[in-house]
Amino acid sequence: MRKRSAILLLLPAFVGVLIFTFYPLIQIIIPTLNQSSDYGKLYLEFLKSSYNQTVIFRTLAIALFTTLVVLVLGLPLAIWIARQDEKVRKLLSVIILFPMLTNAVIRNFAWIIILGKNGVFNDLLLKLHLISAPITILYTNAAIVIGSAYLFLPIMVTSLVGSITELNIETEEAAAVLGAGAMTNLFKVIIPQLTTGILTGCILVFAGTMTAYTTPQLLGGNRHLVMATLIYQQAMTLGDWTNASVVAIILIILSVVIMFAINKLMKKLDRRKVNA
Amino acid sequence: MLDRKNKPLLIFGLVVMFIILVPLVLVVITSFGNQPTISLPIKGFTFEWYKNILQQPDFVDGFKMSLFVALIASFSALLIGIPAVYALTRYNLQHAEWFQSFFLSPTLIPEIVVGFALYQTAVISFKLPLLISLLVGHFLLCLPYVIRLVSASMLILDPHIEEAAWVSGCTKGQAFFLVVLPNIKASVIAAFMMCFINSFNNIPISLFLNGPALNMLPTAILNYLQNNYDPTVSAISVVLMIFTAVMMWVVEKFLGVNKLVK
Repeated sequence: MRKRSAILLLLPAFVGVLIFTFYPLIQIIIPTLNQSSDYGKLYLEFLKSSYNQTVIFRTLAIALFTTLVVLVLGLPLAIWIARQDEKVRKLLSVIILFPMLTNAVIRNFAWIIILGKNGVFNDLLLKLHLISAPITILYTNAAIVIGSAYLFLPIMVTSLVGSITELNIETEEAAAVLGAGAMTNLFKVIIPQLTTGILTGCILVFAGTMTAYTTPQLLGGNRHLVMATLIYQQAMTLGDWTNASVVAIILIILSVVIMFAINKLMKKLDRRKVNA
Repeated sequence: MLDRKNKPLLIFGLVVMFIILVPLVLVVITSFGNQPTISLPIKGFTFEWYKNILQQPDFVDGFKMSLFVALIASFSALLIGIPAVYALTRYNLQHAEWFQSFFLSPTLIPEIVVGFALYQTAVISFKLPLLISLLVGHFLLCLPYVIRLVSASMLILDPHIEEAAWVSGCTKGQAFFLVVLPNIKASVIAAFMMCFINSFNNIPISLFLNGPALNMLPTAILNYLQNNYDPTVSAISVVLMIFTAVMMWVVEKFLGVNKLVK
């Protein structure tokens, strides 16, 4: 009786996820395998093309650079915010949260204004006589990295501020008394205590950037496709739904494998800390 | 030391805060410009572009549709998610952890793939209407927020107070609505807000599941932006930013904005 009511409560959510998440996945996998007697043929063909290799490599490289930029900007900012009085910290957290909840199109659009041929950035460089003609930044890989970093920075900062606030500042005071400078303190005291928080943030940023559609679409243009925009192009522009499925499956596998690997790394580093 | 008194850290913090805020400020400024294309610094001052929003049926209908989809998807995620959370946290099920991961699994699949796969299954195979398929996609986006946020507060809540209500003569239903729900109210509201905001802002899932008669606001802005470069986009962006700010203010009033990210 008890068991039956538990099953009844679970059933709608279970059936919903099963039918609309797992069944569709199986449905897109099957045609990619059944094209010929050779099961992996479509995947091998896809991976052999140098164009596709470039797209996969670009996707991974953009995600990697974005994660690095977000980490380098986000960690010191998070430390700075976490070390303020509670009132200031709350205010700053709300300011950080605002872009996070603002639509991605708007945040990308802001960077179109800045990075365009006649944009704010080129204007500034021209006025400072650093360049003599506008440079192309919009519709390059760099623009995608900048836009993605802007998109994901608040997420990294919010997730780090929490764990930094919990750190015991006396540990750093002790290190300072013993002669550690700010940099030594950062790398030898703060960062080792934050590995879990940092890697969790990195998973979010890496996986998020890697699978994002809007930013590469708006800031990368048609010549800088990543896997997410390639799926859309294959399906909607070229009408090749099987090939789009191949890209989709590879994207899922890649992102899950990378998330799993960072998770493993996190557990390993955590264990070392316990043993030490 | 890296505390409040550290000068380099202060400068770094201020510079990054500046980088975070300036792009949005620029969008606001360009929305008042007089020229037919977006340019800075602006010349003149006009509200013309705000009026122009209302001339764009895609924006007006898109706003209504996005609002509708976000509300329905969020409510159905609560309606279906909360019972599941209750079962997972109160029945000592054998594979509770497995079910939990199962319910969170939609987050592992890239949103664009969710839309792409759902289009083939729901629209082509099951022949469901486009609107229903779109709602299902947004429901899948919302469900993990409900599972995560509500189960966190259900685990903290002492099960004995519910048992006390049973002993005092409440039916199971009464105990849930009169005792459990008021105690997890904050997390339910937080989950609803996260669902609503993420559904309202979503593009990748809607991309495959919208059509000529089914226009979502973010995809409408995306399309407009790819064909035009006039300050109407800035104006609609400002309207949406005000919308976001109002929502944050409401959340702050009722439970504190920091609840959203915990």
